[in-house]
Amino acid sequence: MSNLSRDDVAHVAMLARIQLEDHELDRLAGQLDQIVDWVGQVNEVAADDVPPMSHPLPLVNVTRSDEVRPSLSQEDALANAPAAEDGRFGVPRILDEE
Amino acid sequence: MESTGMTTAGNTTGDLTRLTALQMADALAAGEVTSVELTQAHLDRIEAVNPSLNAFLLVDADGALATAREVDEARARGEELPRLAGVPVAVKDIACTRGLTTTAGSRMLADFVPPYDATIVARLRDARMPILGKTNMDEFAMGSSTEHSAFGPTRNPWDLDRIPGGSGGGSAAAVAGFLAPLAIGSDTGGSIRQPGAVTGTVGVKPTYGGVSRYGVIALASSLDQIGPCARTVADAALLHEVLGGHDPLDSTSIDAPVPPVVAAATGTRDLTGLRVGVVREIGDTGEGSAFQPGVIQRFEEALDQLRELGATVVEVSCPHFVYAMAAYYLILPSEASSNLARYDAMRYGARTTPEGSPSAEQVMAASRDDAFGDEVKRRIILGTYALSSGYYDAYYGQAQKVRTLIARDFQAAFEQADVLVSPTAPTTAFRIGDKMQDPMAMYLNDIATIPANLAGVPGMSIPSGLAEEDGLPVGVQILAPAMEDQRLYAVGAALEEALRQAQGGYVFEKAPEIEVRS
Repeated sequence: MSNLSRDDVAHVAMLARIQLEDHELDRLAGQLDQIVDWVGQVNEVAADDVPPMSHPLPLVNVTRSDEVRPSLSQEDALANAPAAEDGRFGVPRILDEE
Repeated sequence: MESTGMTTAGNTTGDLTRLTALQMADALAAGEVTSVELTQAHLDRIEAVNPSLNAFLLVDADGALATAREVDEARARGEELPRLAGVPVAVKDIACTRGLTTTAGSRMLADFVPPYDATIVARLRDARMPILGKTNMDEFAMGSSTEHSAFGPTRNPWDLDRIPGGSGGGSAAAVAGFLAPLAIGSDTGGSIRQPGAVTGTVGVKPTYGGVSRYGVIALASSLDQIGPCARTVADAALLHEVLGGHDPLDSTSIDAPVPPVVAAATGTRDLTGLRVGVVREIGDTGEGSAFQPGVIQRFEEALDQLRELGATVVEVSCPHFVYAMAAYYLILPSEASSNLARYDAMRYGARTTPEGSPSAEQVMAASRDDAFGDEVKRRIILGTYALSSGYYDAYYGQAQKVRTLIARDFQAAFEQADVLVSPTAPTTAFRIGDKMQDPMAMYLNDIATIPANLAGVPGMSIPSGLAEEDGLPVGVQILAPAMEDQRLYAVGAALEEALRQAQGGYVFEKAPEIEVRS
């Protein structure tokens, strides 16, 4: 049922925030089309009356009491940052220049 | 295996690295050896053969020896110590270790030094076990061969030109090659059991939720499970009890006592009355069986041994298992694409800044292209596609329904059998490079192990001998219902002992000496 084109892969890669290079796109497009075609066999079996199962355990929300506890120090929290300044994460611009 | 003028390392009689973890614990308790001696013996072995294997990415000699000294001193003072105190252990590089680089096999985290310990690491520290270092793995645990590590492949101690399985190939190779008596692995689709099979070691995936995942770098959260790698079933049980149990920091952690796995692994060897189910469909690719003849042959012999131990072997049918792989390769990439979204190059991880004055979005996209390997990109994109508008129902939604059908298959099978058995991996270890260009061929390695992850049931692989055609290790897989992990250990230990007697020794004892390559 699939027909994942090179353009589709480029679009999905953009959604996933991965800037693929041309040679990567060429290779991935063929492989992904084959994989998508193969995983599509899940459509052969699951009837409408089968409930989906997202998790092997019945999950319940786990909360803790609302009290102040020790946390990472600012130094520890920033220790792995690619860029930091004045005790904050250094990030590129988020808004357009306009 | 003849060595052609090459030097070999270790393997002197009385070599401490050849002891089982249980023997080490007993020798420590009896004062016959110190933890410093044991730890140093493993560090020496690592130094000698790790250049050949690339099993360890990081060795923490100072940290391990410091723990060992503390244990020795505590013992000398007469302090009561945990059973495995002083026995060294290796940790897959997927678990966060405070102050020790944790990479998950990725360039993305090449310089990441966690400010905290994963719960399982904290439990190793509480158990006073010296942590030798961090073991190699497929990037973010995606792969079946450890060739997808950004830091080079790990080699199989049985044949350095072959893969040690994946994604926990580093842990399995460390245990099989006597670099560590015990190691931790993580199993999302078979990453503890399949490496166990192809390296001749024991690998266990506990019941989903039985071991905390807090501080373990997430791949697919509804499938991931931490578990032990060891050379014997009893050793695996000892580590399982250290790792297992409720953790308030993990909301999927089961709030129940750890199943009595050590008692099961060291108890009776009689399996009278046990019903062993062989699933007709395990290993079925839709176009025939995926299993190599030598793998089938060893499996049949394991069944004979189980019968001799008093078990009844019955055939059961799990008709939806043939769809397990397809469902898995939708669910895993979907969850992975979400989990790996956190690697955005903003707060931690590698950052690539394109020229000019790029936006945050452009920096993210460039960083993720640079720092993720091919397999990771392939799966993130597949997952993003499967979750995208218009395709969600056809792919992810349908895969979740298949998951229900597989869980129901297990339920029905466990009404007819107490445990299910199959070969663990379809083939013995293949050659490095053989499947790298063919993702579909690589994915087939997990065909027998994946159903257990989808349903959350526990599974174990134990060595069942060597394949006739290539002399390489083969594994047999045992599966039990959720929360019944002790059944795996009881059956595994009985079968292990029967095979040891029939084959004149443990499989791991037959491993060839490792050529020293640099």
